[in-house]
Amino acid sequence: MYDVRAIVLRAAGINCDLETEQALELAGAKTDRVHINRLIEDKELLNQYQIMVIPGGFSYGDDVAAGRILANQIKHHLFEAVSKFIEDGKLVLGICNGFQVLVKTGILPGNGSMGEQSVTITYNDSGKFEDRWVYLEPQSDRCLFLEQGRRIYLPIAHGEGKVLTKEQSEFEALQQNGYIAFKYVDADGNEGPFPVNPNGSMGSAAALTDSTGRVLGMMPHPERFVRATQHPHWTRLENKDSVGDGMTIFNNAVNYIKSNF
Amino acid sequence: MKQWRFEVFNKPQAVDVHGEAVLQDVKELGVSSIEAVQSARVFLIEADIEKETAKRIATELLCDPACEEYHIGRSQAPAGLAKATLIEVHLKSGVTDPVAESVTTALTDMGIEAKHVRTARKYVLLGEVKNSQIELIAQKILSNDCIEEVVIGDEAEPPSPHLKPYELEINKWPICDLDDEGLLAISKDKDLFLTLIEMQTIQKYFKELDREPTDVELETLAQTWSEHCVHKTLKSSVDMTVNGEEIHFDNLLKDTIFGSTKKLDKPWCISVFDGNAGVIEFDDKSAVCFKVETHNHPSALDPYGGAATGIGGVIRDPMGTGMGAKPIANTDIFCFGDPYMKREDVPKGVLHPRRIMKGVVSGVRDYGNRMGIPTVNGAIYFDDRYLANPLVYCGNVGLMDKEKCFKHPQTGNLIIVVGGRTGRDGIHGATFSSGEMTHEHETIFSHAVQIGNPIVEKTMLDVMLQARDAGLYEAITDCGAGGLSSAVGEMGAELGAEVDLEKVPLKYGGLSYTEIWISEAQERMVISVKPENLEAITKIFDSENVESTVIGKFTDDKKLTLRYNNEVVGRLDMDFLHDGTPKYSRKAVWNDPQLTEPKLEEKENYNDDLLAILAAENVASKEWVIRQYDHEVQGGSVIKPLTGVVNDGPSDASVVQPKFDSEKGIAISCGMNPMYGDIDPYQMSLSGIDEAIRNLICVGGRADRIAVLDNFCWGDCTKPETLGPLVRAAQACKDGALAYSVPFISGKDSLNNEFRCEDGSRISIPATLLISAISIVDDIKKCVSMDAKKAGNFIFIVGQTKNELGGSHYYKLKGELGANVPTVDLNQAPKIAERMAKVIDQQLVVSCHDCSEGGLAVALAEMAFAGGLGIQASLTALPKSEDCNTVSSQLFSESNSRYIVEVEPDKFDAFAKLVLNLPFGQLGTVTSDKKLVINAENGDTVIDANIDELKAAWQKTFNW
Repeated sequence: MYDVRAIVLRAAGINCDLETEQALELAGAKTDRVHINRLIEDKELLNQYQIMVIPGGFSYGDDVAAGRILANQIKHHLFEAVSKFIEDGKLVLGICNGFQVLVKTGILPGNGSMGEQSVTITYNDSGKFEDRWVYLEPQSDRCLFLEQGRRIYLPIAHGEGKVLTKEQSEFEALQQNGYIAFKYVDADGNEGPFPVNPNGSMGSAAALTDSTGRVLGMMPHPERFVRATQHPHWTRLENKDSVGDGMTIFNNAVNYIKSNF
Repeated sequence: MKQWRFEVFNKPQAVDVHGEAVLQDVKELGVSSIEAVQSARVFLIEADIEKETAKRIATELLCDPACEEYHIGRSQAPAGLAKATLIEVHLKSGVTDPVAESVTTALTDMGIEAKHVRTARKYVLLGEVKNSQIELIAQKILSNDCIEEVVIGDEAEPPSPHLKPYELEINKWPICDLDDEGLLAISKDKDLFLTLIEMQTIQKYFKELDREPTDVELETLAQTWSEHCVHKTLKSSVDMTVNGEEIHFDNLLKDTIFGSTKKLDKPWCISVFDGNAGVIEFDDKSAVCFKVETHNHPSALDPYGGAATGIGGVIRDPMGTGMGAKPIANTDIFCFGDPYMKREDVPKGVLHPRRIMKGVVSGVRDYGNRMGIPTVNGAIYFDDRYLANPLVYCGNVGLMDKEKCFKHPQTGNLIIVVGGRTGRDGIHGATFSSGEMTHEHETIFSHAVQIGNPIVEKTMLDVMLQARDAGLYEAITDCGAGGLSSAVGEMGAELGAEVDLEKVPLKYGGLSYTEIWISEAQERMVISVKPENLEAITKIFDSENVESTVIGKFTDDKKLTLRYNNEVVGRLDMDFLHDGTPKYSRKAVWNDPQLTEPKLEEKENYNDDLLAILAAENVASKEWVIRQYDHEVQGGSVIKPLTGVVNDGPSDASVVQPKFDSEKGIAISCGMNPMYGDIDPYQMSLSGIDEAIRNLICVGGRADRIAVLDNFCWGDCTKPETLGPLVRAAQACKDGALAYSVPFISGKDSLNNEFRCEDGSRISIPATLLISAISIVDDIKKCVSMDAKKAGNFIFIVGQTKNELGGSHYYKLKGELGANVPTVDLNQAPKIAERMAKVIDQQLVVSCHDCSEGGLAVALAEMAFAGGLGIQASLTALPKSEDCNTVSSQLFSESNSRYIVEVEPDKFDAFAKLVLNLPFGQLGTVTSDKKLVINAENGDTVIDANIDELKAAWQKTFNW
């Protein structure tokens, strides 16, 4: 059987790499955590993997803007390698800071010209960092990381998570063309103001995909809910051995690779 | 070379969150004429580039295309009717500018070479405003004097960043011929904070050497001997008078806290009161270490920077414990003045408590979150006496191999400094934190404030763990208080060390050898490396862009030798440096205060009192703070600080699972109640221990694997009446530790928390002892939370309620202190804790909550609203002392060692069997009607409130 191999990118200030590695391993992917310097030294390194994850954290301290410095580094040193990775039919997942990086490189939503940023992720309307749990409703039917109709519950932890386009019309185009992967909703599936939409994102957007559906960027942290005891009130739940909702993202990715490579 | 100026503004349609936050603060300051505030980021880049390249920098790097716009050059005030005032805030020269460093790196990635980058913030205030108001806004809201410079108007140029280069000049500070007055004068003039007897000891040492000391020698001694570093008060001999009776301690610490740990001699304690943090066993392979520090004085001056470097510093303690631990959890406990205090009541030289609180919280947030360490436990206490001396306790828990708990530096090892560069920041931090504060401290000690850069610390941590696992160093320690001086001095204490100070990498030129040696610049560690491992370890550091530099080596001459460009600038005997401190003796006095219980009328209904206590600052929800901390990073949180049906109830303690492949956990909690200390510091201390232990037990911690930490924050302990309470508290630590069989494994003290106002009056903090506690959880799946789970379940209380309203929130509400402070029955309390641990281990309860501030009524209310359910309770079966016969004492007494549990009906028999010989009683049942109803013994309903109303009261105080 084909070995699914995943790479978790490390860089100065990235800090969710270990738990992301664990989630991928649980899903059955053989995973390496690799510092970006190693990739810049040897761009061929990427070829051995089918899933690339840019995990959460504060790459370069979120200096200038969240994800900006790492995005700049990828644009100037790794853009071709990453573009080829996607063209080869492989998968890219950006979580939290990783999502910010993907947007700031222009890889997501990827509807502009190469490397040009068209959407932004900026300061929460509340003006502060927040750690809270949110419900997410899948939207895009081409994004292979998610399961249609399966609402999931995950934590967010960010100060800059508000998805924004220059014009409202641009956002509507993204929505119509299936670029919105998840929306923030309440327990019943309805959109709403804070705290349902925790950061003031346009159209309650929590995650974006690209034209291929093989790239996903999301503010919530799927790697933080892979075991029942990570649920914020698991002590109230009937089934204390259930698998965390976050695993769906990783399982879908690994299963896709298994059946396509 | 041309300096390019870039200004980045929000687009008009995008929300300017920074500008809006400033506007809100301006309004809070009482300036109503400002209509709007615009904020902008300013970048000053020195580079030989063309306009086209500058535009590229702006569009690709500095400015967000979707929500921002840029201006190259200096933008003018916006046109319009409103008067515009421009204010720019620049960092003072020498202050670390992490954003500038990142921009420099990014420019290199773009192929652009920049000679120098600086950043600033610009604010445009729109509206009529007087000059005096502008200055007030600049000073109170926009900038911090210690580290920033304000430029008002659109013409002024920012301060020049260039510093003069340093030329070696060895300074002698002659002391051999000085009399006592002269010795004291030099200690004061040079901010050494050394006492006369210490100066005399030093004088004698140099007379015997027949030479005068250099500046760096005196500074090294002052730091190594500072209260902050050696804890001379706690280690001194004390003659104490207790209610007229004399007691003597040869060494206060050894005779009390440390002595009890020695006596308990737990086999699972790996390292106690030695080095950076206390270490206990976690499982067969791993150990856990825990350290709590204070960063009070710096946080008073610069709340954001002080708190950030407080957490940053304590994280380096586990990193520097043994051969280095991986930090897995942060704790933070703060004490502030009233955040709702009127501005005019704040004395000169003191920041408003609300500003301190906001700054401290954001400092801990930004550093802790960036380090990727979950902040899982904490508390905040408010008392007006913390106004000028806020307390900022920061703790860190680390995980390490049991095999790697000790260090072994050897003669011939290279001394390597790793991580951040050395600058002028934090000079005199150790000595400064050991003295009292005055209204002039704001200006005099601004250099003592340290500036943090968490990403430097994170990258250092990443490579350090790799080097540790590869076995490439022999010892590691952090540069904390005292900087290189303490780190190298301690590591080489048994060996001797030589250091070439000019080799230490600097942030900027101009530092003297003394400044290099004593700087407390952050994010530095010192390691001891065999010469044959140098190449391999350097390769690891280089591979992730972490700077490491050989600055000297360990010798065998037991001397500390400091050189600059091959000239010896200081040479001290290690023995004198570490063991030369004179023996101190102190006097202490304690007389029981003459206090009486107030006579308060009993009432028919206590809803209002309950609502008021729930809204009291010390009890109210701290969700505003907790959510700003990432408490879930690393993926190990099991019991989070907020819990319940909508994740907003107050957990008693936190549990983390540090290893993915093991179901074992670590429970972390704290206990502290300064209000009790006003009545009896002995019982205050016992109550703190009991509370910390209760909290651990409530979530499922083992009763036989608890270790505790002490952090004393006190006033001026040269005063016998201030030291007396400390001695009482230390005695209680010993008695509590022995009774509970719970060892203290680490401790720290911060004394001299006094403030001298302009008029000479003094504000001293209340006696404040923080007890932090840690325990092992054998099976995280058995953990319990505090929220009521299901209608129909029974509610029991275990532990006796006594007539102990002294120092309670109920009395505080009535403006009383009282006399009957909560006590701890040292015979029974440990039995209850042990039994409760068993009850939880056997999974006989579905929720457990401790009774603490606000007593039974508050605890029941919290359980009910956290679970979204009602509780119907009666005081009839409440186990109580005979004199606990009023409804108010039964509802609000804060008696220790009480646990409220929720039991499913089919578990009742098994539960009752286990607690049979303990004081316990059924209070009532969980209901589905969302009401908390409590009936008195006579059947009258004394509390009858909707849980939504109770929760709203509890949440509104800090709904900021």
